[in-house]
Amino acid sequence: MKNEIVLFAVAVMLVLAGCAGAPQKEQPAPTKATTAAAPVAAAEKITLNGAGASFPYPLISRWSFEYNKIKPSVQMNYQSIGSGGGIRQITEKTVIWAGSDAPLSDEQYSKLPGILHIPETIGAVVVAYNVPNVGKGLKLSGEVLADIFLGKITKWNDQKIAAFNPGVSLPDKDIIVAHRSDGSGTTFVFTDYLSAVSDEWRTKVGRGTSVNWPVGLGGKGNEGLAGLVKQIPYSIGYVELAYATETRIPYAFIKNREGNFVEPTLASTATAAAGAVPMLPKGYESWSKVSIVNAPGKDAYPIASFTYLLVYRDQADEVKGRALVEFLWWVIHDGQKYSADLLYVPLPSEVVKLNEETIKLINYQGKSFVG
Amino acid sequence: MSLGWRKFKDRAFTCLAALSVVLAMVPLISILYAVLKMGLSSINLDFLTGLPKPVGEPGGGFGNAIHGSFIVVGIASVIGLPVGILAGVYLAEYGNNKIGRTVSFVADVLTGVPSIVTGIFAYVLVVLSLGTFSAIAGGVALATIMIPVVVRTTEEAMKLVPLELKEASLALGIPQWKTSLRIVLSTARFGIITGALLAIARISGETAPLLFTSFNNRYWFDGVLNPVATLPVMIYTYAISPFEEWHAQAWGGAIVLIFIVLMLNVCVRFAARQRY
Amino acid sequence: MNFFPFFIHRREKLRKSITADNLFKLFTGGIALLGVIGLAVLILKELILGSMLSIEAFGLGFLYQSVWDPVFNDFGALPFIYGTLISSLLAIVIGVPLSLGIAVYLAEIASSKVRAIITPIIELLAAIPSIIIGLWGIFVFAPFMREHIAPPLQNYLGFLPFFKGPAFGLSFLTAGVVLAFMIIPIVSSVSREAILAVPNLQREAALALGATRWEAITIAVLPYARAAIFGAVILGLGRAIGETMAVTMVIGNTPQIVASLLAPGHTMAAVIANEFTEATGDLYLSALIEVGLILFAIAMLVNALARAIVWKFLRVKGGEA
Repeated sequence: MKNEIVLFAVAVMLVLAGCAGAPQKEQPAPTKATTAAAPVAAAEKITLNGAGASFPYPLISRWSFEYNKIKPSVQMNYQSIGSGGGIRQITEKTVIWAGSDAPLSDEQYSKLPGILHIPETIGAVVVAYNVPNVGKGLKLSGEVLADIFLGKITKWNDQKIAAFNPGVSLPDKDIIVAHRSDGSGTTFVFTDYLSAVSDEWRTKVGRGTSVNWPVGLGGKGNEGLAGLVKQIPYSIGYVELAYATETRIPYAFIKNREGNFVEPTLASTATAAAGAVPMLPKGYESWSKVSIVNAPGKDAYPIASFTYLLVYRDQADEVKGRALVEFLWWVIHDGQKYSADLLYVPLPSEVVKLNEETIKLINYQGKSFVG
Repeated sequence: MSLGWRKFKDRAFTCLAALSVVLAMVPLISILYAVLKMGLSSINLDFLTGLPKPVGEPGGGFGNAIHGSFIVVGIASVIGLPVGILAGVYLAEYGNNKIGRTVSFVADVLTGVPSIVTGIFAYVLVVLSLGTFSAIAGGVALATIMIPVVVRTTEEAMKLVPLELKEASLALGIPQWKTSLRIVLSTARFGIITGALLAIARISGETAPLLFTSFNNRYWFDGVLNPVATLPVMIYTYAISPFEEWHAQAWGGAIVLIFIVLMLNVCVRFAARQRY
Repeated sequence: MNFFPFFIHRREKLRKSITADNLFKLFTGGIALLGVIGLAVLILKELILGSMLSIEAFGLGFLYQSVWDPVFNDFGALPFIYGTLISSLLAIVIGVPLSLGIAVYLAEIASSKVRAIITPIIELLAAIPSIIIGLWGIFVFAPFMREHIAPPLQNYLGFLPFFKGPAFGLSFLTAGVVLAFMIIPIVSSVSREAILAVPNLQREAALALGATRWEAITIAVLPYARAAIFGAVILGLGRAIGETMAVTMVIGNTPQIVASLLAPGHTMAAVIANEFTEATGDLYLSALIEVGLILFAIAMLVNALARAIVWKFLRVKGGEA
């Protein structure tokens, strides 16, 4: 009899514990930041669900955290599931903001009337590798990279790699290629670059958020891919710069258009973006032609990319819409000061202005949230 | 065939059999050892009660995931336990016919539904209709796993009640339905609760159904219509990341999860042994 | 003309039938039907509806095409079916002998003290959530396979097509072994039940005729329990087919059909877990749901077969399922 009571009590406790309210263990209230807007209805919690690119995830997670310190009632909940996922979820409207490094294709753009592109930062895709005793700075060219990922160059000590790296002792081991297994904007940028420098790649594989990889292992997210490269000796993969530096994985210097082997840095990435800035479309237009890979410039890093926040122009919920707009405004202004630490390039002022115009378009029943 | 050779075979096979037992224990011990060794260092009060921190920031915790797991499992139980138990009662008491036996068989087969499929099911049924990932969707997915299991364990527990008890009750003039509820059900309650607890333990550890239903959340639970962090999904997300600090936290989460699941299992078995 | 008695008769009949008993029976019966059959039908319906786009686009070809190309919207499920089959077969080949050894040991050889200690430990393996097994898989077991198991296999058996090529640790083989561990609890426990259900007369007859203990087991006990053991194996197969998390973390997530067990692969459950939230395009999502439908169908058929066999055996021989 006693045992039954004990068991029953356990069961009831479990169920009740679940339904109990959340313990009030939020971040300590900010002591200095003054919020602009008057406190809305005694800090009613708003959760704005976002999802998408893992490319900017380190930066977005920092933004969500810092913004929550300033506005404790607003929770910007972003899940890193890949650009493809972000596009899908914003199409289904299961999230209110999405991240993607691949701009919407013309076809996708036509299916999402009222969608806005807001580039929030600029990053670099680096070629990371795990070869014992070979540190950062292996020199590679676009053609060599394409051949590796096509499966044509299979050994680390292949002639073509050794030719660029005379002082480096390359082992006679198979190259283990790693790529993304999920729909990814980082893949889009990388394959965009490979298509630009290799005709064979362009015709055989093409560019996209998900491609039919000729060879290699699949990792999920920038996180998963970086994890694979870190774990498996003699592997090679492509990740956003922040992932390689956070995890101290060595990355390559890539030969750019002018023939220089360039290290992915804030400066070389910014140079790559600078050329594209004057010609960017408006936020409500299609961005399918925007690409800054293989950019001109002596010191331009060839695999750089904008990354975009996708939101709808016409918001269905006033409270959430306002919270979203306030966050976006903060991101393109104050938020940018967190970028450099994580090796993302802060937005050039022209792009900030462009985004301001775009954000002003976001409205609820015709009334803009700004001003 | 000589006796010596036969004796040798006998001994050899016995050794092989014992060896297979040892081999089966090796992964178990390896898993428990790995979880403890790599995860223990992450366990502290902040880990158990704090929110996750952004990439690059040390510390942070799985507090929201632990809480979220309770909630989603709670929702699943609220849906799954009543349905499962009542269905089991029917099968035990009135199920001795073709329909009853078919339902019982189908329930048995359904206990083997691949958990990822329950995720698809709940996604199409709940996420798409509500337009959002949510704790409810996660609860529905887990309930789909729970219901067949609870139906079968309840049915078996009720069937174990001796016929004499039922007959005595009916002979005394107590109506059939009262007999089922007050006599049979309460006699079998121990077995039913055991089955329920085992089902709860099982769904607490499930990850696949939650990947695209309850999704994930970096903050505390904010209503059943929002995504919520759960322990298994957090562990998965952190495990496949490249950040060392996150790996350590994944192991820490694993300790908490294993603790919850094993505690439930151990309680059940311990109590069972006590009774008999 | 007197209608009254007729109507009163019908009303009395109706009133008498609305008894508490009948209501209770109806209520619980309704829940049973809805909760079980209704659930099964609903799952099937949602899966089929969701797959319609893909079924219309690819037809039967979906089952034997091996291209999985989200860029050009061409999908075929063969690599995943292949991966599921291979990893599950490996699980059976490795796991069943171990499970039988354990079942025989616990049922026939071990003393009751040893049995009382070991049985719960084996069942503990079943209680470990698969995400944790996956965690152990990527960080502990896959490196172990890559560093200590793959090299000898490549050196000594490398001439076989099964062990060619580089070993990443994440492979069909690693997934197969992990799955083997996961099916051991269920296969060994059902086999043990089956062995225990064999009447003692069988054993005693064999022993009386001069058989050694093992001869008694292999001649008298195992053949008798053969059907149920077979059922247990199929149950294990069903479990292996549906397993998601542990496999997805160690199989390498590469849709390909190659002979080498050391190569990475993919399974139906793993591709859904990986790509579902990210499927851009309705056809892509529909193709994934169709993979889920195929997985569901295969798992249900295998389970139904297993349960039917085990039920028949254990009911007839008088044991508890």
